[in-house]
Amino acid sequence: MSSTLSENQGPETGTARVKRGMAEQLKGGVIMDVVTPEQAKIAEDAGAVAVMALERVPADIRKDGGVARMSDPDMIEGIIAAVSIPVMAKSRIGHFVEAQVLQSLGVDYIDESEVLTPADEVNHSDKWSFTTPFVCGATNLGEALRRIAEGAAMIRSKGEAGTGNVVEAVRHLRQIKNEIARLRGFDNHELYAAAKELRAPYELVKEVAELGKLPVVLFSAGGVATPADAALMRQLGAEGVFVGSGIFKSGDPAKRAAAIVKATTFFDDPKVIAEASRNLGEAMVGINCDTLPETERYANRGW
Amino acid sequence: MSDIVIGVLALQGDVREHLVALAAAGAVARPVRRPEELAEVDGLVLPGGESTTISKLAVLFGLMEPLRARVQGGMPVYGTCAGMILLADKILDPRSGQETVGGVDMIVRRNAFGRQNESFEAAVEVRGVEGGPVHGVFIRAPWVESAGAGAEVIAEHDGHIVAVRQGNALATSFHPELTGDHRVHGLFVDMARGYKAAGPL
Repeated sequence: MSSTLSENQGPETGTARVKRGMAEQLKGGVIMDVVTPEQAKIAEDAGAVAVMALERVPADIRKDGGVARMSDPDMIEGIIAAVSIPVMAKSRIGHFVEAQVLQSLGVDYIDESEVLTPADEVNHSDKWSFTTPFVCGATNLGEALRRIAEGAAMIRSKGEAGTGNVVEAVRHLRQIKNEIARLRGFDNHELYAAAKELRAPYELVKEVAELGKLPVVLFSAGGVATPADAALMRQLGAEGVFVGSGIFKSGDPAKRAAAIVKATTFFDDPKVIAEASRNLGEAMVGINCDTLPETERYANRGW
Repeated sequence: MSDIVIGVLALQGDVREHLVALAAAGAVARPVRRPEELAEVDGLVLPGGESTTISKLAVLFGLMEPLRARVQGGMPVYGTCAGMILLADKILDPRSGQETVGGVDMIVRRNAFGRQNESFEAAVEVRGVEGGPVHGVFIRAPWVESAGAGAEVIAEHDGHIVAVRQGNALATSFHPELTGDHRVHGLFVDMARGYKAAGPL
């Protein structure tokens, strides 16, 4: 991030500043899961700042079972052609070839996602080696910093995708924020032990302690289903939200999508949130996370 | 001296970075999301973000008309990236129903430099900014396809117009707020100070 350009240098692509800066442009916005070009247009018309192109929303991945993989390139290209807002797509954890394919398709961001079935149970992809920036999920600060060390340019708290239940999203975001706040109180001596405890590079731990925030944008994901859910995550400190199954598994997707966008912008104004919450039709049917067996918890994927 | 109040349109985008840059350039900076907040500022920054999203939210929350009125009334305004698109009198390839605030006689092409993989950093010479080129960060950036007689071109990159000034309006394709270099914000704060000093109050 500290690189300086001299006059005689040509343009540089794929820099950390350009990758992280892209996420800065998404702040205050809603990123929506879509499975068809038609859904992508509905999302764009509703005011989404980006769409996540995937074959099945997490709720359906849960229902269908089996191995969940990167989407069909035709489907991703169809969505890229349908909208002018940025298009993101998911690769499996550690499946750097899926990521290479997504980069070659020209997606704007790659989500190395626990929602898909992991391809490697030890390693994540080396994200520095890509021009396309990556977003990764995290349940705590150590996990977030390990992903940033691998090159992630944006972090989203994981929550529990496909449940329509915001409880895990709240847990993970609070965890990350609390751990950051705790670092703020540490002196230089303590930061080394903190790095060891967090299993994260010392330099990043020190940077977070100084900044009081992650060095990249932090969104929230996994379980947001209503305008109030989105506003809750914003009030808890998320800089924006991902909404997966919550929109297109609901009764009136266009209306719900627009309502969540409004509530995300005016997250601190209960009157706006109340207006946005009226007559949205049915929300997605939720799942109680405490009835989910450990093996079906996506948030446990990632190391 | 912090006598000048500059707002940052805070519907969506990299608002915080602009607030920091404006404060560093000597202004009192505050977010603006409502018409009554707009009425209280001496100048306004339209930040980077998604131009379609910002434009929709501005219409939805009753800000579009007040914004047009103030820009037409001469309020100093600075748009970066999406903000540049919002200041254009015309977009070459608008999404259906995409409205702009307008105010600068130019036609803008959205995402003209390409998708994210083509986003880049480059040194850019900006007329009116002293001390060598600024560090231009271009993210899915627009360019100005053509600038009208009233608009002064103040920077180009690779043969494309990337910064213009027209009266009290300033627009750049790139994001000075993402660098530690606050000279472009300094230029804008100076414009706003000049306007306020000359204005009838």
